[in-house]
Amino acid sequence: MNIVACIKRVPATETQPKIASDGKGMDHSRVEYMLSFYDEIALEEAIRTKEAAGGEVTALTLGPAEATKEIRDCLARGADKGTLLTDPEWHARDTRTTARALAAQVTALGAEIVFCGRQATDRDNAAVGPMMATYLGWACVTDVIELSIDGTKGHAKRESERGIESYTFDLPAVITCQKGLNEPRYAGLKGIMAAKKKPIEEIAPELVQNMTEVLGVELPPARPAGRIIGQGTDAIPALLEALRTEAKVL
Amino acid sequence: MSKIIVFVEQNAGNVSRASLEALGAANSLGGEVVAVVFGDGSTSVALNAARTIALEGTQYSPDAIAADITAIANEEGAGAVFCASTGVGRDLAPRIAALMDCPCFSDCTAVAANGDSIAFTRPTLAGKLIANVKSSGKAVATLRRNCFQEVEGESAAVTTRPASTDFKALLTEITAKTGGTLDVSEAPIIVSGGRGMKDPANFKLLEDLAAAFGNAAVGASRAVVDAGWRPHGEQVGQTGKTVAPQLYFAIGISGAIQHIAGMKTSKVIVAINKDPEAAIFKLADYGIVGDAMEIVPALTEAVKGALAGA
Repeated sequence: MNIVACIKRVPATETQPKIASDGKGMDHSRVEYMLSFYDEIALEEAIRTKEAAGGEVTALTLGPAEATKEIRDCLARGADKGTLLTDPEWHARDTRTTARALAAQVTALGAEIVFCGRQATDRDNAAVGPMMATYLGWACVTDVIELSIDGTKGHAKRESERGIESYTFDLPAVITCQKGLNEPRYAGLKGIMAAKKKPIEEIAPELVQNMTEVLGVELPPARPAGRIIGQGTDAIPALLEALRTEAKVL
Repeated sequence: MSKIIVFVEQNAGNVSRASLEALGAANSLGGEVVAVVFGDGSTSVALNAARTIALEGTQYSPDAIAADITAIANEEGAGAVFCASTGVGRDLAPRIAALMDCPCFSDCTAVAANGDSIAFTRPTLAGKLIANVKSSGKAVATLRRNCFQEVEGESAAVTTRPASTDFKALLTEITAKTGGTLDVSEAPIIVSGGRGMKDPANFKLLEDLAAAFGNAAVGASRAVVDAGWRPHGEQVGQTGKTVAPQLYFAIGISGAIQHIAGMKTSKVIVAINKDPEAAIFKLADYGIVGDAMEIVPALTEAVKGALAGA
């Protein structure tokens, strides 16, 4: 099967962001980057799908030239090749522009199934996967926690406020992956060595213009200072009194 | 202000509060609001909308419903579509955005008129950076729980139309979640535990405290979820759920930045930790220093007493 895992280079989760001088985004200098958390799960599911059905896994991203680092990480874990849609303005692209660029490349690659993380841990939109599927005219199940593929038929489960939802669909499809779907493997030394010989194709993508205008970004307001009520069980009456009369939440 | 379409979810016949809040957000902008429901159009409460359009169908497919909502938005000449930021709404909204060929803004915490368009406020990096954005054309957005006022409406005129049966992915079954307890993303009170609970069995103490409140959910830090102590659905934080309850208890949680990102907009935060230097005390409104194994059972009894006397 021709399998694609869409991944994203994102600021490390420990990052404490600073605002860029134009006030329109994050200051990207001196930021450590990593493979987005949920994309590790997407890549793992792509590799498992290949192990079960045969085929090839392409790790696909839209990112800066430096994103070859995150693609190499994917190759070391078991992807066969990488495609980088090189875009110096990658961090400013909106959900629509990104989804359209990825959909076009998925078509060019001839993919039959695409795995994405449920959301990238920078923008947290959880939108590019299902938007890409819609542009492609494909089936899509989001936030998947259980998946089986049998030939061209798929079954997936996801969790919502309604409960555990089961879906059936036909390939081609886009699956966005939620924590719990699998335990991602780490890259071993052998994988890291093998990754050096695997091909990465760099393409300058054709991009539609952003429709999103950033009016500004700000840091969240600091919480007012709280107080230690006391030590041990003796503090409980004072806590309940404060919750009732001061915070008025009981 | 252009017309706004709001998709209103119903669970087991009851209109979701999250959807009522999304209606409240749409109405706050001053334009005409049209509600869309999946079902026969009967709703458990009157919707605050000019009209309700009911998509009548027996089978649920997110791609088909998204196509129906888009068709309605186009026929109505709407400039925006809102959904609640729920598992259902966040699944539908991006599909609608792609069909309308416009951006999707997820999990917005505020909306405001901006000329003829709408400015959306949304947290990024799990709340560490707040962005204000707008679309140069149409927009689709999901709106976060507990951020908007729900307003009762008068009974709106209902028109029905058959839901599309052109399915790609089809919902075949919904089974109840194990435990059957409140989800952390919905609960007004959350009792979360971390490594400081020492043993998975000790989470029984937190379940008891949650039960004493009656409307509380148990949450967990990433450390205890990764250790397999608790299911991932309970994880609060950057790689779990972002929550904003009325009252949040962080018990035996040191306050790693990834956890704080997921709960810092809670109205009131209470921390219980044996380490007086724990980072969580800098964030908490109220702190108790001490052993959670002693404090939590006593707190549970005190809460039972307080609520019984209330």
